Amino acid sequence: MKRSTLILLKTLTWIACLSPFALLVYQAVTNTLGPDPTATITLTTGYNALLLLILSLAITPIRSLSPRLNWLIKFRRLLGLFAFFYASLHLGTYIALYMNFDLSVFRTDITKRRFIIAGFSAWLLLLPLAATSTTWSIRKLGGKRWNRLHKLVYVAAICGIVHYWWQVKPGVLTPLRLTIVLGVLLLARPVLSFLQKRNARAAEA
Amino acid sequence: MLIRKPCDIPSSEFTSQDAYKEFFSRRRFLSTAIAAGAVASAGRLAEMFFPGITAHADTKLQTVKSPLTTTSEQLTNLEDITHYNNYYEFGVDKDQPAKNAGVLPTRPWTVKVDGKVKKPLTFDIEDLLKMRPLEDRVYRHRCVEAWSMVIPWVGYSLSEFIKRCDPLPSAKFVQFLSYYDKHVEKWASETTIFWPYSEGLRMDEAMHPLALLTFGLYGEVLPNQDGAPIRIVVPWKYGFKSAKSIVAVRFLDKMPPTTWNDQNPHEYGFYSNVNPDVDHPRWSQKTERRIGLPFYAQRRNTLMFNGYADQVASLYNGMDLKKNY
Repeated sequence: MKRSTLILLKTLTWIACLSPFALLVYQAVTNTLGPDPTATITLTTGYNALLLLILSLAITPIRSLSPRLNWLIKFRRLLGLFAFFYASLHLGTYIALYMNFDLSVFRTDITKRRFIIAGFSAWLLLLPLAATSTTWSIRKLGGKRWNRLHKLVYVAAICGIVHYWWQVKPGVLTPLRLTIVLGVLLLARPVLSFLQKRNARAAEA
Repeated sequence: MLIRKPCDIPSSEFTSQDAYKEFFSRRRFLSTAIAAGAVASAGRLAEMFFPGITAHADTKLQTVKSPLTTTSEQLTNLEDITHYNNYYEFGVDKDQPAKNAGVLPTRPWTVKVDGKVKKPLTFDIEDLLKMRPLEDRVYRHRCVEAWSMVIPWVGYSLSEFIKRCDPLPSAKFVQFLSYYDKHVEKWASETTIFWPYSEGLRMDEAMHPLALLTFGLYGEVLPNQDGAPIRIVVPWKYGFKSAKSIVAVRFLDKMPPTTWNDQNPHEYGFYSNVNPDVDHPRWSQKTERRIGLPFYAQRRNTLMFNGYADQVASLYNGMDLKKNY
């Protein structure tokens, strides 16, 4: 891929990833966040965190479909970090607008409410991944160990989806779409590696 | 004038399933016929293009003042009351009912009364509108999801209606069933909820003067997404107790099954009185978010019985409200 194309694609990705945040800021300033601004901010940041996390998970399986898609790897870190960015905004919204910075509220929530436990776990799991996202960290840890650590992203995504299901009212199916996508992505790895092995064997024979 | 139409099915045959099938199949036929006529109506057309905003002259209601109105609260604006709704038959997102509820056929409309009554009755909506003077009643409205509004409803005490139903002394509970037609409310199937929506009150709760049989808000007939053409409003309970678009009222000697309680009895009790000391299993009920305010000004404390403790607390004397949530 040409360097200029890559720069263009990266710029577009940045714009796409930042636009939900920019829109929220614009709506907050113009007081057009809708009837329930707190809920709008919470839903937007939470949904985009999950969406970007799942998109970042899609890169590896998609790459394995063809060697010509290898360049996609250059976007994985970007998507992952933006997922963390939205997850942190989501957590910040909870701290400021739900907890009201009152630690006793957090203590009750984290001990009593399973959707808070799941959501907070997801954020905690993303934290070391974001912290070791630099090239320097990869070198320092060594590819193998870094890879093993970053497998946590799957646990984080599952925690995030569980958090979503536990948050909606029973009987509501809105988290279903993201859940199916995540399910397909989780299944894609073993299926793709099985197919590749079989193809390799067929090629040998 | 009341239309007293004796029911052609003996009440002994009223297993709930049969009743649903019977009046919903009939209603479906009716609604198809109405839909054809409705397209011609300008009001309906306007509602198709501007859902939720139907402020025509013919929707104005004649109202009188009420001593039971809540004062000293800033009203939530009409736009928010009509575009932030929980009405799952028209979609689970808050903005969906405003877009989708236009298809609800609100005329002709009857409310069927049966169960433990002297005689089963059917009331026509036009007669119900004229039965008592319509009062302006501002109430706080607290949703179980921890948001709240202040709404100027129009209606009269539910007790006035119940007196006309002639319930038998054996009637201990009253059940409210909402309109349901899966062909009209096709969004309902996006949930695992068992329709039609059912709610209920204990008889003494239903007879409390604050419990409102509601026909309008802001001096006009109810917009469809807010439960047109007739609903109840029980201001000291979480919003889901206030059933919308009521087609049947049933008097019973035992507690009726109710929709959210049936979905998750752990999270939604039959009583569901607003109570800051009893948390929802998934969130605190100590505070709430007032709709329509900027994000930094929304949070406020939730009041016991939603601020109506002086009037209604005595209904629950001797009851453990932590157990009977």
